[in-house]
Amino acid sequence: MSPVTRGFHGRRREAAGERGRVPPGQFVTQDFPVLSAGPTPHTPLDQWTFSIRQGGDTTMSWTWQEMRELPAEDVTVDIHCVTRWSKLDTRWQAVSIDTLLTQVEHQARYVLAFSDGGYTTNLPLADVTGGQAWLAFGFDGQPLAPEHGGPARLLVPHLYFWKSAKWVRGLELLQEDEAGFWETYGYNMYGDPWREQRYAGD
Amino acid sequence: MAGTAVRGRLTWETATASAVRDETPTVRTIEFELPGWGGHRAGQHLDVRLTAEDGYTAEREYSIASAPGEPVAITVERLKDGEVSPYLTEELRAGDEIEIRGPAGGYFVWDGQDPRPLLLVAGGSGIVPFRSILRYREQTGIEIPVRLLYSARSLEDVIYRAELDQLSGGGVEVVYTLTRQQPPGWTGRSGRVNAGMLMEVAWAAGQQPVAYVCGPTAFVEAVAGGLVGLGYPAQQVKTERFGGTGES
Repeated sequence: MSPVTRGFHGRRREAAGERGRVPPGQFVTQDFPVLSAGPTPHTPLDQWTFSIRQGGDTTMSWTWQEMRELPAEDVTVDIHCVTRWSKLDTRWQAVSIDTLLTQVEHQARYVLAFSDGGYTTNLPLADVTGGQAWLAFGFDGQPLAPEHGGPARLLVPHLYFWKSAKWVRGLELLQEDEAGFWETYGYNMYGDPWREQRYAGD
Repeated sequence: MAGTAVRGRLTWETATASAVRDETPTVRTIEFELPGWGGHRAGQHLDVRLTAEDGYTAEREYSIASAPGEPVAITVERLKDGEVSPYLTEELRAGDEIEIRGPAGGYFVWDGQDPRPLLLVAGGSGIVPFRSILRYREQTGIEIPVRLLYSARSLEDVIYRAELDQLSGGGVEVVYTLTRQQPPGWTGRSGRVNAGMLMEVAWAAGQQPVAYVCGPTAFVEAVAGGLVGLGYPAQQVKTERFGGTGES
């Protein structure tokens, strides 16, 4: 039980529509804050590809046009950033990761997403399959803005949002879990917002 | 990798405010007594948790304003419609207890072990982690040259001004740019940081500098993009963004 902070009353209480949707330690924002560790990359669409790598080889790759010809869906989800903002009912246009991975033969148990600019993040395969993860290229009906990860980012809304790699360019399929960028700097290997897995050891 | 040296689980500790100091009309520095603190690196941040009488809690992250080895301090800007920042800047007083957990973040840190010239570019309260870095540099006698370009709305909004002026010299160059209002006779720079200003103030890319950029999103986007345009490799431009939510 936390000690009471003298003179603190708090202004925010859960609104009716938020009940059960805001993980512990989070607050709801209407804005769309931006967080990233370095400059925003700008890869032209005619140079963009999304690749699946296994054992150092690229075993499958889609150009932008090929990716956009895959079946896409409208996804409305709540997202939760480890810096404590949550945004409810965000609307994305996206291709399911299932659609991509069913075109590849593999026995992977983990993936390491890799991005322009060198960013990486690790996830269990079970968390990017089964209708839980997408390659998102649109937000609110518009092309995804570069500062929010455009042209395309991963969307894995059930984990903290650093797992939804911006500017993603592919997935490396792995047998063993391998720490990505923030994970090597003390953030949690899994990142479940409902268990408040912010840092290593949480 | 340096960042892998992370201690075990971070736990919430009760911290007692030992000193509060107003930096500007909307910004306050709070120093804490925190017996359980295991030390931090310059540039790291921490988590703050406040608890209301009915058990309601609010958590936020703040950059650490003090150098490694100094008592833990944060500098908080009061945000309109904020929940935690108005409490910390208006209500909290010396002797009050809050909960703190940290330090966190191992990327936006500077240990002085990298000999390359250092460029710090701050927008508004983005100066806070740089105070930690500059004090650390001063205290350890590290002679790596530093340029700080600090963008503030007006001279009154410059946080740590006396301290920065004092740190200036001895290998530290401090350049202010005032975006909205300049006092009469102002001889410093005016206007937002843009490519032209960066070209004049930043180390040339050929000197192989490393850059840290901290501030609101639009500021960080412009500065980081500008530095890449000047030939800084993207990997040598570290960014930390905050604000813009209007909610902290």
